[in-house]
Amino acid sequence: MFYIQITVKVLLFGITREITGQSRLNVPAEAGITTVKGLKSWLGMQYPAMQTLTSLAVAVDSEYAQDDDLLNADHEIALIPPVSGG
Amino acid sequence: MLIKLVEHIDLNEAYAYLNSTDAGAVNLFVGTVRNQTKGKAVVQLDFEAYDAMAIKQMEHLANQAIRKWPLVNLAIIHAVGAKEPGTPVVVIGVASAHRDASFEACRFLIDELKKTVPIWKKEFYEDNSVWVNAHP
Repeated sequence: MFYIQITVKVLLFGITREITGQSRLNVPAEAGITTVKGLKSWLGMQYPAMQTLTSLAVAVDSEYAQDDDLLNADHEIALIPPVSGG
Repeated sequence: MLIKLVEHIDLNEAYAYLNSTDAGAVNLFVGTVRNQTKGKAVVQLDFEAYDAMAIKQMEHLANQAIRKWPLVNLAIIHAVGAKEPGTPVVVIGVASAHRDASFEACRFLIDELKKTVPIWKKEFYEDNSVWVNAHP
């Protein structure tokens, strides 16, 4: 299967914002990210502190995404560390 | 239904919104800032939300509740920003003809909100601070 390489823009909140020191992260096209799972592994390598979190979900267009979901440059992508509202 | 994120919660607003002649019961749950966690004094809390997704996920929960129980109306209001102990940070309000539905739906909404709605709480103690639930 052929994928076009894309620059993935990711919104960061809570502890993931503190880990990266940014509220928006650009994942370069060279990283070859095409899926949610790929994004999570790339982040884990770049920021080992992400691996210590209780959980890390990815949201695509404000909905929780599955590991195999494909990422698109037009999507709004965000990291969702363990929530603690209420 | 009324679903929103606010700087300051007004309990009267939720009740005024829900009270109607169709409802025989209005159930309000108010979550507030406690002054301690596991014996450590909490001096302040900061709530951060992913606004667009938080609203969308709260709408999903509201729709689930409406499908599950015969409700007249409901409200979900969550605060963001810095909060001191004693301050209300979330209000769930449910109006129904009879009390059982409003009690059950209210419980469902707060329990699910805590699991799925992207809002994060940072607790500040006298000597440090932590993002709640972030680490095992």
